Amino acid sequence: MPLEAATPVVDEDIAGADREYLYTLNYGPQHPATHTTLRLILTLDGETVVKAVPDIGFLHSGFEKLGEDLDFNQYVTIVDRMNYISPFANECAWFEAVEKLLGVEPTPRCKYLRTILAELARISDHLLCVGAVGLDLGALTAFLYAFNQREKVYDIMESASGQRFHPSFCRVGGLMNDITDDVVAKVRAFVKTFPKAHADLTRLLNRNRIFVDRTKGIGVLTRDEAINMSCSGPVARASGVTRDLRKDEPYLAYPDLQDSFKVVCAKGGDCYNRYLVRMGEMAESLNIIKAAVENIPGGPVNVDLEDKLTIPDKQATYRSIEGLIQHFELFMWNRRWETPVEEVYGAQETANGELGFYVVADGSGRAWRARTRPPSLIHFSIFPHLMEGHQISDVPAILGSLNIIAAELDR
Amino acid sequence: MPAYLDTLTAKFPGAFATSEFRDNRRVLVSAERAGEVLVPLLRCLKDECGFDYLAELGGVDYLNYPGATDRYAVVYGLANTANAERLFVKAFANDPDPELPSVVDLWRGAEWMEREVFDLYGVRFAGHPDLRRILMPHEFAAHPLRKDYPLRGYGERHNFRSVTRAES
Repeated sequence: MPLEAATPVVDEDIAGADREYLYTLNYGPQHPATHTTLRLILTLDGETVVKAVPDIGFLHSGFEKLGEDLDFNQYVTIVDRMNYISPFANECAWFEAVEKLLGVEPTPRCKYLRTILAELARISDHLLCVGAVGLDLGALTAFLYAFNQREKVYDIMESASGQRFHPSFCRVGGLMNDITDDVVAKVRAFVKTFPKAHADLTRLLNRNRIFVDRTKGIGVLTRDEAINMSCSGPVARASGVTRDLRKDEPYLAYPDLQDSFKVVCAKGGDCYNRYLVRMGEMAESLNIIKAAVENIPGGPVNVDLEDKLTIPDKQATYRSIEGLIQHFELFMWNRRWETPVEEVYGAQETANGELGFYVVADGSGRAWRARTRPPSLIHFSIFPHLMEGHQISDVPAILGSLNIIAAELDR
Repeated sequence: MPAYLDTLTAKFPGAFATSEFRDNRRVLVSAERAGEVLVPLLRCLKDECGFDYLAELGGVDYLNYPGATDRYAVVYGLANTANAERLFVKAFANDPDPELPSVVDLWRGAEWMEREVFDLYGVRFAGHPDLRRILMPHEFAAHPLRKDYPLRGYGERHNFRSVTRAES
């Protein structure tokens, strides 16, 4: 169905005869303060933003179409690249939906390992967000402290999976491989050293005059608006919404870890409160990791081979006929998993908010539809509302506090 | 049966069906009834049954799907922020002119998600304040997540108009 003539992106009515002096500024798609590839069309009255129109899609690469072509395990590499700041959390959310569809319950060890790595991913994501807001608002030092710690998280991901940025570590019914003691040692070291870095960051930003002046009272979102506009994660919690899927619908190892963390909320709803919630969540995540890493259950990391869901290890593939058969069963296009002709929604609380996948299956080993519920898209849609009446210098503060990741925004 | 389903049955008798899979409970609204019943039904769920949060809104194309009778579906994932309950409302639409009423009046968060469904599936939302393409370029003519749209595209990339330096 061909479209009618393309609609203009900025409506003409605001640039009426009496307001001819309004100035249109293109902010992005290649602008250092947007961090990712997104474009804002700002209508300016002097320094005041009269109207902000986001224009997205520059990074659209058809992830969801690919999800209908790749099988469940292959698609994990694509899922990694959605919110590439905390890729492991995306993998967990994807397999939450897939395993719910297949009716698989991961082993206790797998649940704990996924929880620990997902919480590390959350810390890594919040560090980037907090550091980048600081960077945009003139506090470069905080950025360096944050990125120093993010390196540690990358090191842990590398030890666990072999890849620093895009671990692709989850598989249906388990993980690519079990972790070594080296990973546990690195997580323990991180738990010991991170509080100092966290305290440094707090001291650098919490009472930093410039930072506070530029974030307090900027981009206020009330509780009702947050709910009405489908916000989730730190953006909603900074406005007083207590929704946190880790408490509300505990998944993975969170049922066991309920006592070790609290939901961090604030009431202000401005950029400063979003920053505070992120800082608070990092401390809570560390408590979860601390509790979980000392209680990792033993046993296998993958569900039983008899369930015919997981890829057998090389030993089994090369040395037993059953292992070889199952290996091929999972790698031939006409075999793979047998799925119910059904559909299911699975969501987890990732660093940016509720990341959900709506998976429709047609009986074959790939999704008929792999819909992503992207927190970045929903949070970016509230941006014009948050910008109302603010100045152009508030754009990086608001944009940074929403933590928009364009790869997830455009998919 | 949860209390909200009793409320719905009392208010909209015969307007919907229900189904369930794992922990997902669904309310299905047929393509014939969706135009008149969808918005009142969602409003009832929002105002009277506590489902105040639109967690998700996405489209599905059921072309040649086993057992499917309708072509498109839009899934509204509702949540209750007080007790963390979830409910999925699924409304169907069919060719040649797939259209559903917009829910932007109920939840402003639906605005971009409906635009995305329109962009990728071509389902129009009546009453949407700003129904434009969101991810694909404005001049793009097809709806790429439809099942009859091939994975590798129709060659749009070769037809992109190239702008010379003099024109730009």
